[in-house]
Amino acid sequence: MRAWSNEHSSRPAAIATTEPAWVRALLLGVALLFLSLFLFVPLAAVFYEALRKGVGVYLAAISDPYALDAIRLTLLSAAIAVPLNLLFGIAAAWAIAKFEFPGKSLLITLIDLPFAVSPVIAGLIYVLLFGAQGWLGPWLNEHGIRIIFAVPGIVLATIFVTVPFIARELIPLMQAQGTEEEEAALVLGASGWRTFWRITLPNIQWGLLYGVVLCTARAMGEFGAVSVVSGHVRGLTNTLPLHVEILYNEYQFAAAFACASLLTVLALVMLVIKTLIQRRARRQLRLTNGEPA
Amino acid sequence: MSIDIQGLYKRFGEFVALDHISLAIPEGQLVALLGPSGCGKTTLLRIIAGLEYADQGQVLFNGEDASRRHVRERGVGFVFQHYALFQHMSVFENVAFGLRVRPRATRPSEAQIRAKVGALLELVQLSWLGDRLPSQLSGGQRQRIALARALAVEPRVLLLDEPFGALDTKVRKELRRWLRRLHDELHITSVFVTHDQEEALEVADRIVVMNRGHIEQVGSPEEVYESPATPFVYQFLGHINLFHSRVHAGWARVGHLRVRVPEYGDAEHAPALAYVRPHDIDVLREPEDGDTTLPATVQRVSSLGSTVRLEVMQTPGGEFAEVEMTRERYAADPLRPGDLVFVKPRHLRIFLNEDPQPVAPMHWHGDGDGI
Repeated sequence: MRAWSNEHSSRPAAIATTEPAWVRALLLGVALLFLSLFLFVPLAAVFYEALRKGVGVYLAAISDPYALDAIRLTLLSAAIAVPLNLLFGIAAAWAIAKFEFPGKSLLITLIDLPFAVSPVIAGLIYVLLFGAQGWLGPWLNEHGIRIIFAVPGIVLATIFVTVPFIARELIPLMQAQGTEEEEAALVLGASGWRTFWRITLPNIQWGLLYGVVLCTARAMGEFGAVSVVSGHVRGLTNTLPLHVEILYNEYQFAAAFACASLLTVLALVMLVIKTLIQRRARRQLRLTNGEPA
Repeated sequence: MSIDIQGLYKRFGEFVALDHISLAIPEGQLVALLGPSGCGKTTLLRIIAGLEYADQGQVLFNGEDASRRHVRERGVGFVFQHYALFQHMSVFENVAFGLRVRPRATRPSEAQIRAKVGALLELVQLSWLGDRLPSQLSGGQRQRIALARALAVEPRVLLLDEPFGALDTKVRKELRRWLRRLHDELHITSVFVTHDQEEALEVADRIVVMNRGHIEQVGSPEEVYESPATPFVYQFLGHINLFHSRVHAGWARVGHLRVRVPEYGDAEHAPALAYVRPHDIDVLREPEDGDTTLPATVQRVSSLGSTVRLEVMQTPGGEFAEVEMTRERYAADPLRPGDLVFVKPRHLRIFLNEDPQPVAPMHWHGDGDGI
């Protein structure tokens, strides 16, 4: 026993969880190599290809009327999908984090469904439901409502794919915060509505913003589900990602990459906002747990 | 305001949290609900507040049924164990919250709110912290702000859920003395939940000892400590020694020791348990005449500041007992491990062991706060 403890106390500087320097260097090297091969090089290639034929071609590509229509539609579907998911996300997270009810785990599973299902399947579900041969197709046709191969279909597909983002972000946050502050507000005489605006919402604001940013990024970038329901009608049902594909298939590489670079820039902007929010949100979570800021 | 609790019953799934509890809390008293975790004390407090609803039974405020009133309208102040301060609001705004959310008709003016919050911060002696955020305060300060916030709405009843549970010992002692003084000033009917017997004994006017959804005893601190009504209360409040005993025809026998127990006059060879507090035992060098002492050997001697604790083992039988005596008493005749002594219980309390399950034999010191 004595010999054992002496042997170990002779190396007091080593911390149990630290690996030798060469192991750390190797791990770091592998990670960096992987990141640069699979993430950084493609990212750089997008901008290189986009600008290869000069700024003039680039500007022409992104100010093309069809491109502008695609941008408009992309922004429109995001503008509808994100607020709807915002409402749904808050409601679902509120219910899951603060109440016990039968079917709770089923609801959690359902929220995760869009993550688990391939986006193409998601698109096909809507075709099966609303398409000309679908369950509701004949009825919709009679009443002159078009969903598939039209803007409503694109919005629906976008909503489906982005459902989990806000709810998933809020559930752990609200669970960690518990219900004590809300209870305190109720005891002090606040109405439920007032408690939500004055207590609950300020407590989750950073998590909520983070979820909105992620949701927006996904809504603008979604390809698979939207592709199935879109019908690729130029100027009408083309979103930006679909427009990129069409241009690429028509061998207009510079234009395709120009539009792709727009999407990339949007994604990068969202990532920066996300990082900033994340920093604030982490601080908030620390405050919730009562640790010093 | 007086609180009258009648036949409260509450179940969570299979777990019965409150099993038909009735309790009267007179106006202006400071009452402690004391018991181990899971005994139902917090559930009872939350039902009084209106944060939880009972399956059966009623809560009367001044004789008027409050069960159907929403928590908003009950006029209670509630202090949470983990303070539940609003993280994103300053201390001032936290205290002002209850005034600001009032309907426009009864809402005080901004100047009135400022004056009132100022006075409350004065009362909890933290006026200089008004602009801070809760995260910038210490635990004791947060709890005092939580109390000021609860008092802002001029509650008719103040309810505190383990108010000092999350604080370290020194701050806890300070705060509970302070709470007692505050109650003496304000005289609001107050109920606080605690699992700490010392806290209950020091602060409360009356103690309600709870166990497994039942009330074991209600009484003043002296009553519950000096004459516990049930074996549970004996074990939960203070240290005890527990001996196996037999009761026959009004006499209880513990080893050679015989004690008169007239209340069990018709018991015949009934198994029983004898309880005695460590400071209610005398240690003698010589046996007394008759059957009032038990021979034992000293096993350990440990010093606990103002008192000295001896562990002794009964020579025949081998049951252990703990004895506490003052430092002076010990110094007059220092005992050493191995010494043969004679222990003489001054107050021995006998309970018939009708239900042998809950009391584990040899479990002779339930110190209350370890449970």
